[in-house]
Amino acid sequence: MTTHSTATIWLLIGVTAAGTWLIRISFIALLGRVSVFPDLAMRVLRMIPAAVLAALIGPSLTQAEGAFDLGTERFLAGLLAGLVAWRTRNVLATIGVGMGGLWLLQAVG
Amino acid sequence: MSPRPPARPSIAGIVDIAPILIGVVPFGIIAGIAAVEAGLGTFQAYAVSPLVFAGAAQLAMTDLISRDAAAIVVVATALVINSRFAMYSASLAPTFGRVGAMRKAVAAYLLTDQAFAVSVVRFDRVDEPISARYAYYLGAGMALWVTWLVSSAVGVVVGAGVPAEWSLDFAIPLVFIALLFAAVNDRGTGIAAVAGFVAAVAFAGLPLNLGLLVASGVGIAAGVVGQRR
Repeated sequence: MTTHSTATIWLLIGVTAAGTWLIRISFIALLGRVSVFPDLAMRVLRMIPAAVLAALIGPSLTQAEGAFDLGTERFLAGLLAGLVAWRTRNVLATIGVGMGGLWLLQAVG
Repeated sequence: MSPRPPARPSIAGIVDIAPILIGVVPFGIIAGIAAVEAGLGTFQAYAVSPLVFAGAAQLAMTDLISRDAAAIVVVATALVINSRFAMYSASLAPTFGRVGAMRKAVAAYLLTDQAFAVSVVRFDRVDEPISARYAYYLGAGMALWVTWLVSSAVGVVVGAGVPAEWSLDFAIPLVFIALLFAAVNDRGTGIAAVAGFVAAVAFAGLPLNLGLLVASGVGIAAGVVGQRR
């Protein structure tokens, strides 16, 4: 649970919503004023989802209980889910196997 | 066999995005539950979906809010995740740059990975006027919008009743894992993912959860450099 106040969270939601919409409309609105999308910017943008998602996943699996530990139930279940995601590219199967794996490991451990 | 009459573009958009919606439903439910568990008020948890309307960013936001990350880090992380929309916006600009201001505003609001994915395929394959393309995009975008709002609202409703022993917060990294493997499709994105992962683990101790943003930068740089080889 957060200690951020309700007002702060509203501000976070509002700024993120406005910023996201501005990013979305950016080039649609600018057409005619900006003719080409810079090549380097395109290459940077293409890397963002993979880099950010992996960075979000890293600590939640390897430091699931605080300290770095590759023996936790969450790391093993996450590894299993990663295998399923890689082989099937299926969101439902990935969540199902990951949660099922975690519950199984928790029941055994 | 007589050729079937072509469906209205808006209907075609809904039909084409329908298979993708099945994967969006659990994602939306998890986003709703995560928002409640993070400590957002019930109304806030409902409102975040129509306001931000971007699943991965919403999940990252609520995750960071629940861990009391600094406000600037929460916003910056969400916007970095959503910066990919600039790429889609550039790709759609030749088509939607010519519609009216109101329609541009609506098209931008409905811009998502899924609506973009089906629309670029359609625009590439079917030669039709901009009004038809707009209708197709609107059909796909609205179908996703309704699905996202309903499924995340279901998550908000059940969210408060989920026992902590179920460890349902673990569904957040699982969703990210599923999205990650969809985002990795060549050498550069693979390098970006590995570098981002390792850097995030290494920098996890940085204050204010800044490690996430630093690691994202490392991953992006590694991917851009690695792609060139």
